[in-house]
Amino acid sequence: MLDKNGIAKRIARELKDGYYVNLGIGVPTLVANYIPEGMHVTLQSENGLLGMGPFPYEHEVDADLINAGKQTVTTLPGSSFFDSATSFGMIRSGRVDLTVLGAMEINDRGDIANWKIPGKMVKGMGGAMDLVASAQNIIVAMMHTNKAGESKLLKECTLPITGLGCVKKVVTDLCVMDITERGFELRELAPGVSVEDVKKATDGRLVIEGEIRQMEL
Amino acid sequence: MKKVVANADEAISGIQDGMTLMLGGFGLCGIPENSIAALVKKGTKRLTCISNNAGVDDFGIGLMLQQKQVKKMISSYVGENAEFERQLLSGELEVELIPQGTLAERCRAAGAGIPAFFTPAGFGTEVAEGKETREFNGKMYLLEHAFDSDYAIVKAWKGDTEGNLIFKGTARNFNPMMAMAGKITIAEVEELVQPGELDANEIHVPGIFVNHIFKGVNYEKRIEQRTVRVGS
Repeated sequence: MLDKNGIAKRIARELKDGYYVNLGIGVPTLVANYIPEGMHVTLQSENGLLGMGPFPYEHEVDADLINAGKQTVTTLPGSSFFDSATSFGMIRSGRVDLTVLGAMEINDRGDIANWKIPGKMVKGMGGAMDLVASAQNIIVAMMHTNKAGESKLLKECTLPITGLGCVKKVVTDLCVMDITERGFELRELAPGVSVEDVKKATDGRLVIEGEIRQMEL
Repeated sequence: MKKVVANADEAISGIQDGMTLMLGGFGLCGIPENSIAALVKKGTKRLTCISNNAGVDDFGIGLMLQQKQVKKMISSYVGENAEFERQLLSGELEVELIPQGTLAERCRAAGAGIPAFFTPAGFGTEVAEGKETREFNGKMYLLEHAFDSDYAIVKAWKGDTEGNLIFKGTARNFNPMMAMAGKITIAEVEELVQPGELDANEIHVPGIFVNHIFKGVNYEKRIEQRTVRVGS
């Protein structure tokens, strides 16, 4: 079974040289810590920064330089700033090669819910609806079940939808799955996880066929 | 016409109860601190505020929420504000949540003289309810309209007396599009200089969009998530 860092580490293996990548808040942000040495990946922060650097040292902290999670960050050589309309222009026109998002629920057709729990939590969708509506390559990073032990990989989402049919791949604490027209197709198992464990924790249509690899981290 | 005004009180003097305002900023980054303080002091009521976020409990638009000056918020993300959540759940405050890119484009459209546009964001979700949809090249889009706002209030790093503006870092965010979108635009700046002192190549918002400009004072520039790494 993987922890949050393990999920991030596995997702980092999907990065390719030259990619522009948007990382969502939470586990997706951790992916930045595992970009392979020597690989050139440019991080896009939708509040208006391309080429996001690491957190600043104390003396570098600048209130006018934050990421979309409102954390203080730094720039790198080659970084650029831009306004919010330009930022979402990049996103809608498909310039961002990979988007990594967290989710509360996904279903076996690739729908995602991650912005609202009616009556409980009303924080808003931020840029998530724009990202999922336009990105060609979306990976969801999430725990396979919620705190009550219920599956978050469902036949139908119960929460308000963020976008339809957009998730192509999901990496959880248990496994890696591709989402195709047949449902969740199991590809890789996390260390110490069995096919039975995945079956038990998955509510949506599950396809177990061909070679199921052990996850390499 | 002279664009320079003495301070925030003078800049916002035309803002009346019930008006719609755009306020620049992302989180607390690049918000018009001086103008918000002046609106709190003036006590203008029943405002509709278009802003990506609603501040935090004791800063930014949160200060206007505390005084119950806001009738409706139009935002993309409103977490981190307990008073906001209380007013929302009790029905005192109306809220319209819209995708961040749609928010930006509705500002841009208003400033660009475009009444409406199609975007894929929100198709198939609650956001699409009651909206016209159309298919282009096999993909579905929603019709979204330009905002109609009485005032836009933005914060820039540098400005000149002609109203030209330059922003710094990620404090740019929604400010340029909002500056273009207001029927009347107020800009508060950290440094106000004479014409010619800003390089014309580096101006982000041309002065034609700005009606009133003033040099702000005592910027607090509060940081929401101070994250640092150890070492030097």
